[in-house]
Amino acid sequence: MKLVLNEELQFLKDTASNFAKDKAPVSHLRKLRDEDHPNSWDEGLWHEMVELGWTSILIPEKYGGSEFGLAGISVVLQELGKTLVPSPLFATGVLGVTSINQMGSEAQKEELLGKILEGKLTTALAIDEGSHHEPSNTELTAEKNNDGWVLNGEKVFVIDGSSADLLIVIARTSGNKGDAQGLSAFIVDPNSKGINRRKVPTADSRNYANISFEDVTISAEEILGEVDGASDQIQKVLDFGRIAMSAEMLGNTEEAFAITLNYLKERKQFGVLIGSFQALQHRAAKMFCEIELTKSAVIAAMHAADENSNELERLSSLAKFQAGTTLHTVSNESIQMHGGIGVTDEYDIGFYLKRARVAEQIFGSSTYHKSRYADISGY
Amino acid sequence: MSNLENFRAEVSEWLEENCPPSMRTPMVEDEVVWGGRNAVYKNPESKIWLDKMGEKGWTAPALPKEYGGGGLNSDEIKILNSELFKIGARPALNSFGIWMLAPVIIEYGNEAQKMEHIPKILKGEIRWCQGYSEPGSGSDLASLSTKAEDMGDHYLVNGQKVWTSYADQADWIFALVRTGPKEPKHSGISFLLIDMADPGVTTKPITLISGKSPFCETFFDNVKVPKENLIGEENQGWTIAKKLLQHERNFISNFGLAAGGGDGSKTKGVVGLAKTYLGEENGKIADLDFRSRVTEHKMKEHSFGLTLQRAGDEGGKASAASSIFKYYGTEHNKNRYELMIEAMGNKGFIWDGDEAESKEKAITRAWLRTKANSIEGGTSEVQLNVIAKRVLDLPA
Repeated sequence: MKLVLNEELQFLKDTASNFAKDKAPVSHLRKLRDEDHPNSWDEGLWHEMVELGWTSILIPEKYGGSEFGLAGISVVLQELGKTLVPSPLFATGVLGVTSINQMGSEAQKEELLGKILEGKLTTALAIDEGSHHEPSNTELTAEKNNDGWVLNGEKVFVIDGSSADLLIVIARTSGNKGDAQGLSAFIVDPNSKGINRRKVPTADSRNYANISFEDVTISAEEILGEVDGASDQIQKVLDFGRIAMSAEMLGNTEEAFAITLNYLKERKQFGVLIGSFQALQHRAAKMFCEIELTKSAVIAAMHAADENSNELERLSSLAKFQAGTTLHTVSNESIQMHGGIGVTDEYDIGFYLKRARVAEQIFGSSTYHKSRYADISGY
Repeated sequence: MSNLENFRAEVSEWLEENCPPSMRTPMVEDEVVWGGRNAVYKNPESKIWLDKMGEKGWTAPALPKEYGGGGLNSDEIKILNSELFKIGARPALNSFGIWMLAPVIIEYGNEAQKMEHIPKILKGEIRWCQGYSEPGSGSDLASLSTKAEDMGDHYLVNGQKVWTSYADQADWIFALVRTGPKEPKHSGISFLLIDMADPGVTTKPITLISGKSPFCETFFDNVKVPKENLIGEENQGWTIAKKLLQHERNFISNFGLAAGGGDGSKTKGVVGLAKTYLGEENGKIADLDFRSRVTEHKMKEHSFGLTLQRAGDEGGKASAASSIFKYYGTEHNKNRYELMIEAMGNKGFIWDGDEAESKEKAITRAWLRTKANSIEGGTSEVQLNVIAKRVLDLPA
C-alpha cells in the first residue's frame, strides 16, 4: 500500500478543489445560514455534484457506479471541507451507498443505488440515540407483527435527517441496551405514519434532525439485510463514514491553517508582521507537524478500506482520532491567532471552529476512538 | 521470472552462503560493529560478516559501485533489506561515515577524495566522528571559532570541539573550521577531514546525566592538515554542513520509531511495562488514565510511522522535511521513556546494584539519555524555526 494518490484520485481532488472555490466558497454556507434555508443545503449545487458523478464514486460498476472507492469520495470531501460546503454527499454518497451496498438485497441495490446515482434519492442513517455515539446503546425497537415490523423509539442528531427522502434506521431486534449484537437495519419512508422529524438548529448550520418513531409500521421487505445482521455490518458502514469524515476534517484543518498563516503574514502589530514572533511561529510549526501526521493517517485509512485490509478498524479509529485532535487544536489556535477579528461573525474563521466541534463528535469523538484503538490493539 | 525476482533469488542464495550463523541472532550490545583501525571483534564472525558485506558493497547499497557501494536501485534495496530482515541478519556495520559523511563526499568531494575515503568507510576500515559543536557554539553553530590558518601547502588547526561522539575510538574526524576570520560568520567556514592520529589531536570523554557516554571533547593544538583534505571550496563549508545535518536529522528521527512498528513486540515497550508494573484487567492496562496516555502515545507513533512511509512513497529527499521528523521523532522518544519509567514506578529510579534487573536499570539510563535527543543535531526549537521559516515561509 503506497501512501500516495494515483492520477485518477489527484484528478478527482483537483476537480473538487475548483468546484469548492468557484461554486461554494464559505459565503455559500453563510448565505444558507442567514436565510435559514429549510434543508441547509442547496438543491442546485447538489445536482451539479450528481452530474460530476460524485454520488457514483462508491457504487460498484455492476450497478452503474464508477467504483473509485472510499479514497475517491474522501478526496472530494477533503476539498469540499476546505470551504465547509454543505451537501447530502456524506449522508447519501457515503453512508447511504455503503449501507445499501453492504447489507441490501440484489433488488434493493438495483433500485436504490440506481436512484442515488441519478440524484433522485437522498438518505440519512438514523443510528445515535444519546448525546454520545455508541451503537450498542441502541434502544429503538423493531418488533415483528403480521405484515412486517413496528418501530418504536427515538433517534437524535441524524445527519440530513430532516431533508432525506429515505431513512436507514438501526433498530434493536433482540437483546438489550448495551449489547453489541441484536441490531437490524430498516429502510423507512420518512413520511410514514408515526414519524415525527424535528430539525435541530446547530452551531455548524447543517442539517440534523431528532426523529421519533411511534408505532411506525413497515413491510417485511423493508429490512436491509438479515434480522440481527446489522450489528457487524454497520461497523463497516461506520468505519467508511469515519474515514470519509476524517478526510473532510482534514480539509477543514488545512484551510483554517492556511487562512491563519496568511493572516500571520499580513497583520502588523508593534510595527512588524505578527508572523515574525517566535511564540506564534513555534505553535504554527507544531500544528504543521500534526497536520502532516493527520494526512498520513487519513490516506492510510482510505486505502485500507479500498484494499479490504484487516487493519481497517484500527486505521479508521486512528484517522478519526488524529483528524479530531488536530482539528481541535488548529480551530482553537486559528481563532486565537486572529485576535479580535477571529471572534466576529463577519470573519469566516469562526465557521471552521463551529464545524470542527460537531465533526469531532460524529461517529465517535477522539476519546471514543482512542479507547477503541486500545481495545483493538490489546492494551 | 522478472529481473527483481531473479535479484531476490540471488540475494537469498548469497545470504544463505555468506551470513554466518551467529550473525542471524539478535544483536548483543558488546558485539555492535563500528569498524576502524582499532576495532576489536569479540565475535570473530562479526568481522567475517563485515568483510563479506563490504566486498559486496552492501554496507551502503545505494552508493555507486565504483566507490565500493552496492549500486542498487530503490526496488533492489527494498528486496535486500527484506531478505536481510527475513533471516534476522545483524547490521554488518554501524557507521557515521556511511550515515553522514559518504553522501556529502559523493556530492561535494573531488574524484581523488571519493576514491580515497569512501571505500574505506564502506569496508569499515576507517571509523569517523563528527566535529561540529564547540563550547561557545551550540545552536548558533555558525559562530564556531576553531581556526584553520592557510600555511601554503597545509592548514594549521587550533581549537576545541565538543560532543564529538566516539572521538576516543575514531580514526578520522570531519570538522567545521574557520578559514575566513574576516568574512560574515556563515561565509568563513570550511569542511575539513582530519586524521586523528596526527600530532596535536587529543580527546577526553564526557560523563552525562545518564552516566558513561560516547561523547568526547576533542582538542586541536597546532595540527597540520594537508590541503587535499578540504572538501568543496574554501569558505563554502556551511552549505556542506547543512546538507550533512539533514542526513544526521533523518538518522536521529528514526529514534521516534525505536520500539515502533508492531506493538512494542521487539522489546518490552511501554505497553508491556505498563501491564507488568501496573497490572491488567481483562487484557487492559489496569490504570485507565495511564492506558489512555499510552494509547495516545502509540497512536501518535503509528501516525508518525505512516508519515515516514509516506515521505518515502512520495520520493522525498533530505530537505526541510528532515526538521519535521527530527523534531517529532525525538520529542516522541522522550515521551516514550517518560511513560516507561512512570510505568515502572520506584523501579524506574534504581541506578546500580542488584535490587533491579539490568534491563530495568538500562531503561533508567536510557530515559536520561533521551533528554539529549532533542538537543543533539539541532534542538527542537531550532527545528521549529526551520519549519516556520522554510516550510511555512513565515517572516524573519
